[in-house]
Amino acid sequence: MLLILCPYCQSRRAELEFRNVGAAHISRPSDPQTTTDAQWGEFLYQRDNPKGRIAERWLHIHGCGRYFNAIRDTISDVFVTTYKSGEPPPAMPSEAKP
Amino acid sequence: MSRFRTGAGGRIDRARGINFTFDGRLYTGLQGDTLASALLANGVHLVGRSFKYHRPRGILASGAEEPNALVTVMRDAGRTTPNLRATQVEIYEGLAAKSQNRWPSLEFDLGAVNALASPLLASGFYYKTFMGPRFLGSNKAWAKLYEPLIRRAAGLGRAPEAPDPDRYARRYAHCEVLVVGAGEAGLRAALDASADPHCRVILCDEQAEMGGWQLNAGSDDLVEMLETLGARPNVRLLARTQAFGVYAQGAVALAQRLTDHLAAPSPETPRERLWQVRAGEIVLATGAIERPLVFPGNDRPGVMLAGAVETFANRYGIRPGERAVVATTCNSAYGAAFALKQAGVDLAAIIDLRDKPDPALAANALKAGIPVHTASVIVGTEGHKRVRSVRLGKVEPCGIVKSTDSIACDLVAMSGGWVPSVHLFSQSRGKLAWNGETGVYSPGKDAPGQKTRSVGLCSGEFPADMRGFHNGALPTPDEKGAAKAFVDFQNDVTARDIRLAAREGFHSVEHVKRYTTTGMATDQGKTSNMNALGILSGALEKPVPDIGLTTFRQPYTPVTFGIFAGANRAGLFDPVRKTPAHAGADALGGVFEDVGLWKRAHHFPRKGETMHAAVNRECRAVREAVGLFDASTLGKIELVGPDAAEFLDRVYVNSFAKLGIGRCRYAVLTNEAGYVIDDGVVARLAQDRFHITTTTGGAGRVFAMFEDYLQAEWPELRAWQTSITEQFATFAIQGPKAREVLAPLVEGIAMENEAFPHMAMREGRVAGIPARVFRMSFTGEAGYEVNVPAGEGARLWPVLLDAVDKAGGAVYGTEAMHVLRAEKGYIIVGQETDGTMTPDDVGLGWAIGKGKRDFVGKRGMMRTDLIAPGRKQLVGLETLDDKTVLEEGAQITDTPTPAPGSAALGHVTSSYWSEALHRPIALAVVAGGRGRMGETLHVPMPGGAIPVRVVSPVFHDPEGARLHA
Ligand SMILES: [Zn+2]
Repeated sequence: MLLILCPYCQSRRAELEFRNVGAAHISRPSDPQTTTDAQWGEFLYQRDNPKGRIAERWLHIHGCGRYFNAIRDTISDVFVTTYKSGEPPPAMPSEAKP
Repeated sequence: MSRFRTGAGGRIDRARGINFTFDGRLYTGLQGDTLASALLANGVHLVGRSFKYHRPRGILASGAEEPNALVTVMRDAGRTTPNLRATQVEIYEGLAAKSQNRWPSLEFDLGAVNALASPLLASGFYYKTFMGPRFLGSNKAWAKLYEPLIRRAAGLGRAPEAPDPDRYARRYAHCEVLVVGAGEAGLRAALDASADPHCRVILCDEQAEMGGWQLNAGSDDLVEMLETLGARPNVRLLARTQAFGVYAQGAVALAQRLTDHLAAPSPETPRERLWQVRAGEIVLATGAIERPLVFPGNDRPGVMLAGAVETFANRYGIRPGERAVVATTCNSAYGAAFALKQAGVDLAAIIDLRDKPDPALAANALKAGIPVHTASVIVGTEGHKRVRSVRLGKVEPCGIVKSTDSIACDLVAMSGGWVPSVHLFSQSRGKLAWNGETGVYSPGKDAPGQKTRSVGLCSGEFPADMRGFHNGALPTPDEKGAAKAFVDFQNDVTARDIRLAAREGFHSVEHVKRYTTTGMATDQGKTSNMNALGILSGALEKPVPDIGLTTFRQPYTPVTFGIFAGANRAGLFDPVRKTPAHAGADALGGVFEDVGLWKRAHHFPRKGETMHAAVNRECRAVREAVGLFDASTLGKIELVGPDAAEFLDRVYVNSFAKLGIGRCRYAVLTNEAGYVIDDGVVARLAQDRFHITTTTGGAGRVFAMFEDYLQAEWPELRAWQTSITEQFATFAIQGPKAREVLAPLVEGIAMENEAFPHMAMREGRVAGIPARVFRMSFTGEAGYEVNVPAGEGARLWPVLLDAVDKAGGAVYGTEAMHVLRAEKGYIIVGQETDGTMTPDDVGLGWAIGKGKRDFVGKRGMMRTDLIAPGRKQLVGLETLDDKTVLEEGAQITDTPTPAPGSAALGHVTSSYWSEALHRPIALAVVAGGRGRMGETLHVPMPGGAIPVRVVSPVFHDPEGARLHA
């Protein structure tokens, strides 16, 4: 079971307390009505599935109830970092292995 | 003392005899014996039949890697454990064990005829053989014919049929250092680490006694090391504890056996304990496993691993045979030869593959009078239930093998050298590195997030004496010969099977594994993987490291279901949610159903009443008088803040800006794709305060979705939500007499129809209890939903029940509720919708706030496909015969006999007998349904198609007059 650092609680807690809620940094278009079907479809369904580091959202559902972001390595499952919603993803060399 | 015991030595207690049975026969062993050593002490070598060919099999190894000697240990009907390795079962007084995979008996096994049919059972026999016959239809032959046959004939023990009466405990533990394996290397690592009193150390070992190989010698060092460790408060010693799984970030699962070795376990003691350990560092001291030699007939009882023979002789005082042959490609087997000699076993020969064995060892052997055959192999064995002799083969310098003498023996001790036990390191996802010099895989770099250290033999650094000088099958005179040289004993895979797979084009090790099933048995190929790689390497003419390695998976050895279930069984399997009125509903004879974790009363049968009769009566009560329903399971959210209305406008399809204080609105929730995901009622308590209901199942989901939008999408909105599902008990009073029943109980609310109209909400008191009273209906009758603090629910329930009774009404359950709402055409999210239905599809287009610039789902609903004609739409269906109740989920077509492969028009979503209409009714979704009113369609069923008429989904009171009465 993974240990995840909640950036709000500042506590490393067991994976059981969390729920993965998909890719991070996908903003809802401010005026959806002006988007084309293709653009809207992109927003709804198109997600990257890279081998390596991804930015994703987690919910501390059995803890503080906050949504936050994490950089996780999909090969090793290692959490590189976690950060609060609204904060930009930390800069890091994408190919670097932890 | 039995002639199969040595005179002295070992770690058994020669004064304490232990009686046990095997296949019903009484034997005696000694305290300290495993079932395997105790059987050998009684001269019993035949302990099982092999998986595929039902060949007689004996004990190969002395520990967890044993592939053959699988037994069932029986205490009672519920305490019967199959597939235990006899080498790990500690005997106790009265132990009853039996062999597996034989019928009618171990000595005489009918399944052995499989051996005659063995050409049919070669590599991939499952895939090649079990394809037909076609008349049974595709895939049916497997399920109907072959699988039951194979399951009966094959393999393994049977699970007990009675419930497991034992208790299984669970503990979490944290430590700086976890040491797995208490052999010499593990003990030293634990001593070093625990010298720092702040370093918490856990040392576990799967055996009853710690010490590993040192137990063969009985050293004073061992006693001292264990005493030192035992005295340190920062050390926890766990014997009989198998580390079976390594997971991410230093998580290790340990299975501790607490009572399996006891003759009369206390009922207070759990049988096993699961330890979930989080370790700063995992020290692996798991040792090495000896590799068998692959030669024809290497599976006869009496053919054993040399190290195991040495362990049985030295640790258990066993003389495993009268006359032994040692076959080897490795120096360590000479140690076994000397141990056997010491135990008084006649040594017929040492057969060494090497031209020039270690000169000192060879000289010692000759001095002890043991003939050493160099550049020699075993090319065959004789004997049926026990090896009787081996045939010697001489390997000529050109590589050709010439069969020479036959050597009589009843024991063969073989060694192909030792292989580091890297299973746990591999489970930690560390990279294994091939060492060309030693010819083994050993631990390389740690996986990210893991900190492991392999010490002792499992590190791959071991003495040259333990190295094998040959990988794969031994050379034979004729590779096409019929005699089987086994690689994987447990799955009956031979060297020839692997070569055949390579010839048939399986070149990836993962494919060969699945095709031949090598390494796929419960032992996961502990003794076979390296030999299989060696044979594949030869067949493909590729070096071993270029072939790759299959993954080692958890668990290292099989683990009981009980240890995973722990306390989560029966009443504790899942949490149970009960409403405040649960006891009251139970007392009335309510029949409960599970809705998520909730217990909900499905119907309330009176004496002698069938379910249908009860539901019909409950429906009549609501339509004709009044019904009482416990709606407390509905999800409830209170939303507060100056922007609460704006937030609701953005998430629901409806408009709330103009919703007056004290008014309610039916609300539909869609996702961004435009599909209905929930519905409920939103009531405005104040300008900045709303009481929202959700579906029972959707409560958590909706709350999380709102939170997501509030936190991440629109953090600027000043609105905050709280789940109040558990804070309120909710009772629905529905029917023409609802007001008459409720009004006398109410204080502070004007109950007249005009003062308290449909879809209004008032706060006051009911039976003296503060209440939020909604006038709303999910039945089509005028009605109320009374919300009181949950703690008062049990008090209000009997008051309401009494009032409803006096008015000639009845309590009703979820089934009547479903019928009543279906008569009215009200949807249930998840029944009429399936995640692909828009509000318009299910007739809720009217709910969409037309003036809103944006809301969740608005853009989604405008997608081309979602506004295209021909979408499935909610309709009602009436069966033409006025009596058949359709099956929910049944397909709907436009002809009674649709062509195979043609698409259905839709399906039945809800179907009931309507007591109010005295006919069956159904809701359905049908392509272009609203344009098909009056059409006749068909519901094809096995007994013939049922003709149906498409009608409006609102069957009862289409004008809605009753709601407003
Ligand atoms: Zn948190």
